[in-house]
Amino acid sequence: MSEGIGARVLRKEDKRFITGKGRYTDDIIEANQAYAAFVRSPHAHARIVSVDASAALAMEGVETVLMGPELVADGIGNIICGWGVTSKDGSPMNMGAWSALATEKVRYVGDAVAIVVADSKALAKSAAEAVVVEYEELPVVVGSVEALAEGAPQLHENAPGNLIFDWEIGDLAPTDAALASAAHVTEMDITNNRLAPNPMEPRSAIATFNEAEDHYTLYTTSQNPHVARLVLSAFYNVAPEHKLRVIAPDVGGGFGSKIYIYPEEIACLWAAMKCGRSVKWTSDRTEAFLTDAHGRDHVSTAKIGFDKDGKIVGLKVNTKANLGAYMSLFSSAVPTYLYATLLSGQYDIANIYCDVQAVYTNTVPVDAYRGAGRPEACYLIERLMETAAREMGVDPAALRAKNFVKSFPHQTPVIMAYDSGDFDANLKQAQEAADVAGFAARKAEAASRGKLRGLGYSNYIEACGIAPSAAVGSLGAGVGLWESAEVRVNPVGTIEILTGSHSHGQGHETTFAQIVAERFDLPTENIQIVHGDTDKVQFGMGTYGSRSGAVGMSAIVKAMDKVEAKVKKIAAHVLEAGEDDIVIEGGAVKVAGTDKQMLWHEVGLAAYTAHNIPEGMEPGLKESAFYDPTNFTFPAGCYICEVEVDPETGVTEVVQFVASDDFGTIINPMIVEGQVHGGIAQGIGQAMLENVVYDEMGQQLSASYMDYTMPRADDLPNYSVHHASTVCPGNPLGMKGCGEAGAIGSPPAVINAITDAIGNNNLAMPATPAAVWAALQDVQSKIAAE
Amino acid sequence: MYETNFHSVSSPQEAEAILATATDAKILAGGQTLIPTMKQRLAAPSDVIDLSRAEGLRGVTITKRKVMGVIKADGGETVTIGAMTTHAEVAANAELAEVFPAMCRLAGNIGDPAVRHRGTIGGSVANNDPAADYPAALLALAATIHTNKREIAASDYFQGMFETALQEGEIITAVSFQAPAAGGYGKFPNPASRYAMAGVFVARSKDGAVRVAVTGAGENGVFRHAGLEAALTADYSANAVDGVEVSAEGLMSDLHGTAAYRANLIKVMAKRALA
Amino acid sequence: MKIAMTVNGKSVSRDVPDNTLLVEYIRDHLRLTGTHVGCDTSQCGACVVHVDGRAMKSCTMLAASASGAQVTTVEGLATSKDELHPMQVAFKENHGLQCGFCTPGMIMTATDMVARYQGQGKELTEEAIRHELEGNICRCTGYHNIVKSIVDGASKMTTA
Repeated sequence: MSEGIGARVLRKEDKRFITGKGRYTDDIIEANQAYAAFVRSPHAHARIVSVDASAALAMEGVETVLMGPELVADGIGNIICGWGVTSKDGSPMNMGAWSALATEKVRYVGDAVAIVVADSKALAKSAAEAVVVEYEELPVVVGSVEALAEGAPQLHENAPGNLIFDWEIGDLAPTDAALASAAHVTEMDITNNRLAPNPMEPRSAIATFNEAEDHYTLYTTSQNPHVARLVLSAFYNVAPEHKLRVIAPDVGGGFGSKIYIYPEEIACLWAAMKCGRSVKWTSDRTEAFLTDAHGRDHVSTAKIGFDKDGKIVGLKVNTKANLGAYMSLFSSAVPTYLYATLLSGQYDIANIYCDVQAVYTNTVPVDAYRGAGRPEACYLIERLMETAAREMGVDPAALRAKNFVKSFPHQTPVIMAYDSGDFDANLKQAQEAADVAGFAARKAEAASRGKLRGLGYSNYIEACGIAPSAAVGSLGAGVGLWESAEVRVNPVGTIEILTGSHSHGQGHETTFAQIVAERFDLPTENIQIVHGDTDKVQFGMGTYGSRSGAVGMSAIVKAMDKVEAKVKKIAAHVLEAGEDDIVIEGGAVKVAGTDKQMLWHEVGLAAYTAHNIPEGMEPGLKESAFYDPTNFTFPAGCYICEVEVDPETGVTEVVQFVASDDFGTIINPMIVEGQVHGGIAQGIGQAMLENVVYDEMGQQLSASYMDYTMPRADDLPNYSVHHASTVCPGNPLGMKGCGEAGAIGSPPAVINAITDAIGNNNLAMPATPAAVWAALQDVQSKIAAE
Repeated sequence: MYETNFHSVSSPQEAEAILATATDAKILAGGQTLIPTMKQRLAAPSDVIDLSRAEGLRGVTITKRKVMGVIKADGGETVTIGAMTTHAEVAANAELAEVFPAMCRLAGNIGDPAVRHRGTIGGSVANNDPAADYPAALLALAATIHTNKREIAASDYFQGMFETALQEGEIITAVSFQAPAAGGYGKFPNPASRYAMAGVFVARSKDGAVRVAVTGAGENGVFRHAGLEAALTADYSANAVDGVEVSAEGLMSDLHGTAAYRANLIKVMAKRALA
Repeated sequence: MKIAMTVNGKSVSRDVPDNTLLVEYIRDHLRLTGTHVGCDTSQCGACVVHVDGRAMKSCTMLAASASGAQVTTVEGLATSKDELHPMQVAFKENHGLQCGFCTPGMIMTATDMVARYQGQGKELTEEAIRHELEGNICRCTGYHNIVKSIVDGASKMTTA
């Protein structure tokens, strides 16, 4: 079957995008639509003394100006974090109040104070400028370490010392003992830089209130419209769930930043009700830097101990996680259950202990960004392994291989039970593809041109498809992380798949169709994927955490199982054969070994005419399923990066990037490779280019593309992407997930390569030309001193 | 963007008349800086005067020297570039490439292709962004800035970041310079904005004088570097640059690099300008 | 003010405020929403269209400045409704897009660069393509398949 599992099927969704016919939220115009602009705090921390909107309201064409106290009085609830994390001492996390529009205090630059609704976008902006807010400035803190220090400015009354939680995992005493007995201990301070996700489509929302029907519609740039509806309804009291339709049409990338329900969507819905007009808001890029949830921002110290044979005996980590001014939807899970549970990496480590202090600062809230916690874990363990190998004078690949987990299932000391993998196979495949054997010659050749060449490894493992629901619930999750699907076979035999997953670039319309094509032996053009609309799809948890394959597609498989059973029952009845003898192939439903058959569409028609179906069978051919996985999935792999550094300027060129991934079963290799390419680009971006920088006053210095370095075509290499797969035993298709691996695995490979090239291990991300040059100067001054 | 009144003019004189009467009119050349500035509400001109249809402001003319009827591209030719000539046009000008290809290369590395199709030399010079490329070239080439009112020497014209000698009602019509005997431009782009983080233009005129102008690195816009000029006048080679002490004093420090890093870049880019 | 121009071969005229950007004229007034806005600083290139045959950033140009011009947007790139432009085909065949948001600008930049290089008889190498893409940002693809698409599209444009 040319369009089934494993085929490089070209994407069904492309036609509308390449012809400019995509339908993104900002492309939509509702009748009598008004435009919103937000009055935002220019200060990182201040008390609101007074707000005077009279000048704005006096402007012709200004519909309304609405503020926080009125929002609270109308019963709109505070924005919540949906994952409860408990501190070492058993106390719950300290969640400070976050109102969609500030009431008394603002806590970061960009914090919304009022929503202005007007006839045009330009007028709304002018009116927002005309709103006079008097602030009493308060002292500011932007770094997590500084925020925990005594005497630091306090953000929230119920979070003394700005501490949200002080969480731990693993056993401290055995880990300390193991480290004390170690033959070699490597100790490092490791920072994971703060990033801005930057999907190319800025966030946008259009809210409509139909007064006659008491019904709301929200078009929004969301990765998970059903979760948005649930939270908007259950926690923010904007509208009851059955009176709120959320549509996420074409969405231009998310990378995590479009999971969350932001103040703007709440305020637009509320304002639409207040003024009886559709209200549209579209972020500009600067606003995106100031308000989209950021990612990463960890400051850690880590110790890893080895015995005399180079086997790891223990790992101890302390991490301070900067969560920004408020707790975003999944912010608490990122530096805890999505991070510390992966600190064992690909290695068999008996003793691990990690404690994490999550901290409030006067910065944009931090939440999941592509990888979410796993890139931080991978960077930490893979920098440690590379550094330890250098300190012990052993080959970094050999040190890793010696410590690989080799039998599965493998229970780590930090919750995760790895179900499958072959880390040696990935390492070997990557080494061959990267021609590691020829590196020395390439290094010498580069040196003859005055360039410094280096090579770095990263052997990552990550966890996708967070599950099962009962387990994540026991860890504090406020939702279940299953997925739903509905398979509708129409009377003419065409098929619609309604899925709770959401595609914002991942190509679900193609990949999901492929598994259906495979199962029923039909062309993908007869299969339509429906997603992104709460009125069409019953429910869904959306797309993030590389869950759409392992969880979303598994739900489709479960629903297809039911459809297949019914199809076979109908065919067996009509063809007067036993169900077990029925096979589906070549667009027909056949009795095996005979020439008796029904064409596929004839079965559909039979189901809907119901003239001749088994007695007692309900008519129709539509089945749904909710799939709850039994475990996480564990994609893993080996990345090898080779760089060339210009010592005069510090400019680093990635001359080769090799990936060997284990994603389990691959449905569409073309799409999977595309996911890896994009992930690696974001990983190289984190390692060499991207950095959110605040000054002491809490002003974001990097709030536009003039100062935030987005990876561009000439910053990046072609990627050499390979697969060495083991089947995942945890789901029916054997899939593991591929969306985040590139971003998780690549940063340490890059930094390990650059530090190898320059001979200085003291290099933080992003390794900009200036940073690499400075590190080279340090090497030279050390040499001069000796 | 705030409200504004748009005018399209057919001559600088027509623009001058509007400038004289409007409250706060601005000349719109390619608009690659002015429009983003207006979009971000950092500029609110009452009127914008679009010069793109004005006559006589576009194109490169070269007064060539001929020896025995043969064009000699050995410096001294007068190059005049109309203010509304786009970066793409300068980059692709075959005659200019013959007498001074470094100028074409410089223009071909400003911004990106779409910006080069729209952005103009006059707009760049009028704006005098401290990280723009043309100011370094014009200062090193001892160019002349022609306006509707007068001619201004580059050394008098560039007066610190975003500051120029332009007076009210004055419109740049062209720039001109003598093609140097040798010269080149070394640019280290800011990783994010791709403007110059350090751009060094080196030019040796036909009489042997060497001028070195630096953009992107100084705290106060484009400047000439006396040390590099002296060394390169004595010995026009990359080796000569090695011996020069480039001080970090007066250089910019920001999230992209320290003043010390920029001082290093000035040296390296000076060498690459000679390559 | 009344602004008239030719967009995708059709004469259009709209009465719009003087400060209307070309991209606003195209998106909001002509309702051709394939041209996108992804930044405020003229760097992302999602808004690239052709004005009188040259790639320009429609977010960094007043509509009034394009008065009388021939403008082509991604919707008008193909010669007919049933046919795709070779560069559009190349982007599909080489998986040169994921979320699709930057794609119209990428394709308009790509066709401009190929036309320029072919017009000047210069070789469009992968390195040149990467350099030419300086003004177009993609967050999904890591550019690998965009570069492949343009190489393929260029050869398709030669033979077309």
